[in-house]
Parts: sequence; C-alpha cells; structure tokens
Amino acid sequence: MFGLKPDIALDKPTKFLSADEYEKGMAKWCPGCGDHAILESVKRLCSEEQLDPVKTVFVSGIGCSSRFPHYMDTYGFHGLHGRAFPVAEGVKFRRPDLDVFVITGDGDCCSIGAGAWIHAIRYNMDMTVMLFNNEIYGLTKKQTSPTSRIGTVSNTTPRGSVLPPLHPLEVTLGVANASFVAQTADWRPEHLFETIKAGHAHKGFSFIHVLQRCPIFQPSLSKEMAGNRESLDILIHENGINMDEEKMKVFKNVVEHDPSNLNAARELASDHSKIHLGLFYQNPDAECYSDYGAHNLGFSVEEKMEVLNSEFDKYAI
Amino acid sequence: MDSKADTAVAQQKVVHVDEHIVEVVSDSGEGAQKCGQSFAAISAKMGNGVWTVEIIPAEIQPPTRTKEGASGIRIRLGNKPVTNSGNQADVVVALNEQVPYSRIWQGAYRKGTIMLLENKWAEDASEKIRESYAEGLAYFKEKGIVVKEIPMELECKKLVSNPRKGKNMWVLGLLCSVYNRDMEKAEAQIKRIFRKKSDDIVNSNIELLRAGFAWAGNNLDIRFSVAPMDSDERYVVMNGNEAIGMGALAAGIEVCSMYPITPATSASHYLADVFERSGGLIHQAEDEIAAIGFAIGSSYSGKTALTITSGPGIALKTEFLGFAAMAEIPLVIVDVQRGGPSTGLPTKVEQSDLLAVLYGQPGDAPKVVLAPSTIEECFHYMILARKIAESFRMPVFVLSDANLATGQQPFPRPKLEKDWFSPPIDQSPWKKDVGPYEWDKETGMSKRAIPGQPGGMHTLTGLAHDNKGNVTYSPDNNQASSGLRSRKLAVFKKTLKPPVIHGDDSGDLLLVGWGSTYGAIDEAVKNARKSDLKVSFIHLRFLSPLEPGLKEIFSNFKKVMTVEINYSDNINDPYITEENRRYSQLAWILRARTLVNIDCFSNVKGQPLAPNSILQRIEEELNQ
Repeated sequence: MFGLKPDIALDKPTKFLSADEYEKGMAKWCPGCGDHAILESVKRLCSEEQLDPVKTVFVSGIGCSSRFPHYMDTYGFHGLHGRAFPVAEGVKFRRPDLDVFVITGDGDCCSIGAGAWIHAIRYNMDMTVMLFNNEIYGLTKKQTSPTSRIGTVSNTTPRGSVLPPLHPLEVTLGVANASFVAQTADWRPEHLFETIKAGHAHKGFSFIHVLQRCPIFQPSLSKEMAGNRESLDILIHENGINMDEEKMKVFKNVVEHDPSNLNAARELASDHSKIHLGLFYQNPDAECYSDYGAHNLGFSVEEKMEVLNSEFDKYAI
Repeated sequence: MDSKADTAVAQQKVVHVDEHIVEVVSDSGEGAQKCGQSFAAISAKMGNGVWTVEIIPAEIQPPTRTKEGASGIRIRLGNKPVTNSGNQADVVVALNEQVPYSRIWQGAYRKGTIMLLENKWAEDASEKIRESYAEGLAYFKEKGIVVKEIPMELECKKLVSNPRKGKNMWVLGLLCSVYNRDMEKAEAQIKRIFRKKSDDIVNSNIELLRAGFAWAGNNLDIRFSVAPMDSDERYVVMNGNEAIGMGALAAGIEVCSMYPITPATSASHYLADVFERSGGLIHQAEDEIAAIGFAIGSSYSGKTALTITSGPGIALKTEFLGFAAMAEIPLVIVDVQRGGPSTGLPTKVEQSDLLAVLYGQPGDAPKVVLAPSTIEECFHYMILARKIAESFRMPVFVLSDANLATGQQPFPRPKLEKDWFSPPIDQSPWKKDVGPYEWDKETGMSKRAIPGQPGGMHTLTGLAHDNKGNVTYSPDNNQASSGLRSRKLAVFKKTLKPPVIHGDDSGDLLLVGWGSTYGAIDEAVKNARKSDLKVSFIHLRFLSPLEPGLKEIFSNFKKVMTVEINYSDNINDPYITEENRRYSQLAWILRARTLVNIDCFSNVKGQPLAPNSILQRIEEELNQ
C-alpha cells in the first residue's frame, strides 16, 4: 500500500538516524585537520545507507587517524600501532554479519604495519579500509613517515629525509588478489564521499587512499595540495567512481581509465607528476577470505559432541 | 599364521618385568618415530601403561650417520600407569652405530642395556664405514651394552627393493615378537597409519611386519612380558598436542589463529583436520603478532579464540598480551615451551617461559596461568581455560612443553558434558546505563558487550579508561582500575584449593614441581620414601594465581626445593654466592610469595628429568 514493502508493516518502526546521530563526543583533531572532513563523509555514508550502528565496527591502529573509532557511536576497536588489519580480520572472520571498517594512517599502515598490510590485501576480506595519508607522523609530533617526500624536515630528520617515499597505491596494486584500489582527497568532500560509498559497496578489501591535510605538521604541503588544480586529475569510466556533472566542475583535468585494467592502473600509480583521484582498479571476482571464514558456521553442541566422540573412538584403546 | 606365533615364543625363555624402556633410534627419515609410536599404540591397546618421548634432531634432514643426528623415540611400558620416561633404556634398536652415541652421552643407556644393531655396515663398501662400525661395537662393549647384530637390511631386501622405506615396520615386527604383542592389533595399526596410501603399500608393510616378527621368533633369544594394567576404565591414547586440539574442540572454541613454530604446530595440524567437521576453523596468520591480533579480534566479536605458540612466539605477542589484559578480552594462549633462550633448542623440553608469561608485558597485566602436568590435563585444562577467560575477561595461558606435546600416554576417555561447550554469542539488548567496563566495586568483574548487542556500542581501547570506556588520564582512575583488574585474580584464587601433598604433611624435604615433571618427581619421591626418607612433594597446576596455602604447607618442612627444567646457578660454581645466585623460575616466585628460603634443582639439558637424578638429589640433601 502506497508503495511500502509489505514486510515493513511487520517490523517495529525503526528510527531514521541522521548523520550527526552516528557521531559520538567531539572530535579532538586540530582545527583544519583533514580527518574532520573524512569523519563527515563517513557519517554521511552511514546515514544515507542507514547502516546499523549495532552491527558496524570501526577498527583502527594508533595515530591521529586511529582516534576515529572514538568519534563514532558504533562498536569500535582502537588497537595497537600497525596491527589494525589482523584485528579487523579476526572480527570479520566468523561474523559475516558485521560491517567492518578499518582506519589507518601512513605510519600505522606503511611502516610498522607494512607486513600486515600486504597480507590484508591478499586475504581480501570484505571490509572498507581508509588510509589517512598526511605524509608525516602527527600524534608523536613530527617524524618522517615512509610516505614523506625526500627532503622532508622533521624532528628525526632535521636536515631533511634522505630516502624517496613509498607509494601506497603502487604497493597495493603490486600485491596478489588486490580487489579495490582507489584514491581520494579530504578537501574534495563530494569525491571523498562517493569513493567511500563505492568502497563500502564493493565485496572485498576496499583500499581507499585518502590524501589528508595536516595543518600543524605539514602546513605548506597541505596548502599546496589543496590549492593545486593543475596536477590533479579525476579518473572517469562507467565502472569508476562517478559524480554528477555539477560536482565534476571543480576538477580541471579528466582522465578516462578502465578500472579493470591492472597494467594501466599501475602506470597511473607510478606517475608521480600527477595526483589521480578515482578508482584505479577493481576486481569483483577476487577470492574473499571472509567467505572461507563464513562457511561451516552454526554447528550445534550435539553435532560437536558427536565429532568429538568419534575422535575418541579413533584414539580409543 | 598364528597371531601370537606360539611355537616360536615357546622356544625362548620369557622374562616377566613390571615395566621396560624401549628406544628406537635411526637417521632422520628412516621412520624410527613411526615405528615406536606404533609400538606404543599397540601396547596401549593391549592395556599397558605407556609414556613416550620423541628424540628429535633440530634439522628436518640432518646428515646421515652422524652422532648428533639421532632421530627416534623412547617408549616406556608398564603393568601400571606410566607417568614419565624413566631412567635408562632396557632395549634399544639402532639402525646404525653412530646414532646411539649421543644417547649414551646423555646417560640414556646403562650396563646391560640390550642393543639390537643393524649389521649391514660391517660389510659396507666404504672402509671408513666398516672401521666406524667396528669402533662402535668396541665402544658399546666398553660401556657394558649387550649388542646383538641384526641383518635388518638383508632381511628387508627379500621383500622390498628399497629397505629405507619399510625397515621400520620390519623392526616393529621384531619388537612385537620380543614383547609378545598382539599381531592383529599390530596389523590394524599399520592399516591405520597407512590409511591414506595405496593398498599395495599397506600390504607391503604388513608383509615386512610379519617378516620381522618371524625372524625374531626364529633367531632372537630375548623375550620380555609386560602384563596389562588392571583396569576396567575405557582409555584413549594420544599425545599432548592432540589432547590440546581435542580440548579446544570440547571447550567450544571455533577459531584457532596460529603461526607455525616447533614444537607447537602439530596441535594446529590436528585442529586443521578436525575443526572443519565441527564448525571450527584454523587461521594460519602471516606472523605471530598477526596471529594473536586475529585471535583477539575474533574474541572481541564473540568467538573466544585460541592461539598456539612456543617461547619465541610469546615474545612477539607481548604487546597484544598486555592489550588483552588491559582491554579485558578473553583469550586462550597455549605455549608449548621449548629450550631457550632465543632460538635455543626448538625440539627439546624446557620450562622457562613462566616469568616471561607472567611479567613480560609492560605495566601490570594480570592473567591466569595454568600448567597441565599430564596429557589428560592437556585436554581438560583447555575447557577450564576458556571458561576462566570468559568469566574473568582475561587472557588465560596453558603452559605445555615439548615433551607433553610429542609424548603419548593413555588416559580415561572423557565423558563429554554439554556445558563444556560455549553457548551461542550473546546478542541480547545491552542494559541502558551500564558501561562496557561496569566493574563490580569489590570483585572487578564486569560483563562485556559483544558487537551486535543493541545498545552495547563502545570503543574498546588499550588506553587508560574508566568504567564507561572513556579514555581518561585521571590519576585516581588509573589507580582504581588497575586495582580492579588485579582484583579478579584474588577473586579467582578464592575458588582454588591448596595443593595435594604427596607423602606426609611434614618432613625434612618438600619438593615443588610444575608441568611435565610430575611423573618423574612422583616416582623419585616414592622410591625415596621406601628408604624412609622424609620427603614429600606438591605439584602446582596454577601458577597465576598461585594455589593457596603454600606458606603453611612449606612451614612444616625443614627445607623446600623446586624441581624444574630451566636455568639456575649452581651454588657450588665459581663466583656464585647466596647473594648473587640466580634461581629457577618457580623458585623465584615462591620465594617472593612466601618469604621462605626455597632452593631449586634444575637443568637446561633439554631432556625429561629422570627419576633417578631427582632421587639422587633427594639423597644428597637428606643424607648430609
């Protein structure tokens, strides 16, 4: 009646949650920090999709990025530095009903967490991952990160860092079984939202590389990146991350890229002269370790006792 | 063919013994362990008490015919339950003359030990090998070992072209004859171990078994008989790692997250096979840290998980262990201890992770530590561990070791109880106004909210937090919350009883042990008491919290001494004084707990303790 689905009449009326109702407390990041924008986009996703906070889990490591779960009124796991991925995998493994998000930073993911990162990509468990990359260690007060540009001045590299950075997109695209690799920026909120939304919809390990401004420890870099329209491209394709024409107008340069083309994705990722925002690669058919975890659930105690008794029979005298 | 070959046996004079210790040693890859395990299983199925210890080199394939490369197994069988691997071997089967050397150096053989030695080396093409063989014979004779040269290769070649595969089954047949084993059971055992192979292979091995049996019947003049135990109970026989696996199943654990490490891995192999059929899953993580992180994630989402490792893995897991204590996440951690420090002795026994497990984490991380002392306890303690972990919201450790892991021992078949298995994940609505750490003001206990419970949303963290789960740096909160996390141990301790005293309640000497040394200490103390020595012993199962009543018990003895397999300084060594002497791990804890001047008797030889070595120490102590 009136276009309502019949089963709604049988459900208790559920309250519609607004974006702000997904937030908890007050985010304590510095004014101007890109993390605020990302929080807003995530809240917006939760509200637009009416995600159930009871079934939603945000898992993080340690760092400014990883304070994120404290600001969401869902289940959250603020874990150990570099170890968000194994925890998130364990959360999802036998609980396919939970909606798992992972929040990490460039130090947490690419330095101490590098080992877990490589394997998390390969496990390809169904979760939405956001790497907040501000190219610096913020919480511990300004040390270089593996993603910092060469020559970055920090408290551990006062004369400028001496190594070229590691590029998260190149790394991710180089690992077997990668299934969703995208890049976006905190100062492009529409694109940020659409990317997170697409990542959430993808079944598998959705790796979203978020360029994030740190106004305190990377003030000039933040200004430069946000103000840059010349070397910022947006990737478009019918299978890519799409926005209305109106919202596309902020982007000067548009590049056609088929996200099923891994080689082209890798070429784009290794072109450091430009920043490409969009969906680099998607493979909807990659093996999901979460499918393995979800199988053979629901055995009763009686069934387990039977198996154990037959084992005792095998080992019996 | 008669399953007991009565006619052959009748020709030999049978020697009846209460127990015998048999070893089978060879190069790696020759199947000595399979032979010995089968012999042990057959004997257990015939009703003997059995205890086995594997002799394992550290490499997968050490060079052949080397003194250090001995691979094999020791089987002790008796007419009563056997609780340890005993002292010196009675009968040894050796497939070359090099491998027994290291066993002799370790004191595993005595004057009069019978060695059944492969004799093909006497006629080897290489002169060096022939010389080596002759040297071996002379050395063994010098040690008083009675060598019987056996043409194993020659006899096997009559049936198979490559005796390297199959000689071990011929040897099994030989042992079955010497010990008058039931050949039907022996053949059933062969069918079982080769069940995944072709019929041809199974039949070939049975032929070899029968051939070895027949040869011994016709040519070997030794016969022993070990009567079965007097028992109506139904028994099962398995090794400690299998028991841990089965215990995990019985505990209702559905996730085991691990990384391969010797000597823990076979427990996971067992689980990988059986979990699939009963709703559980093994996860092989990318490293030890990921393994525990994954387990913690699983526990957090309601499926209390198990992680299995050894010493080096415990070291890597340190940060997460502290996290589990701080965030109060239930977790079961099995540590199959091995020789340390560092890479140490991967395949050998040691009991030296106790202090690391108790105090290795930064800050105060209270946890429960259990140490099974028999293979039966390996099974039952898994069930106990999960229940404690969930009731008290703590990490719970089960400390096993390399000997329990690989040793076999029969125990009464457990009668399964429904309430051992975990209930379904609680997804009921969370009570309003109750925080995620609503600590009872006296006990520190609290209920935990599991993802999916409406109203239970909270952000779990390792940061200092209050009872509502909010991060706080308040001095008073940190003091109080630390107090409550510690309180849980005191509350749990109230449910424990003082340890059983084996022997009199008072006397001249009290030994205190823990873990796999139980049987050896028991045997030594029984023997000492036969000579009227006033010695008793207790054996701790709980190392954290410690079992109650210890100081009282200790006060009734003139001297208390721990017996353990880990390092302590010897007071008689140069530079070592009462002031700087480093004690064994349990001794340190008991000294601190009770303020009693407790001594320790320990070594790090990577061997199970022989009852006679403990008896000797008791005698030294009391005959002064």
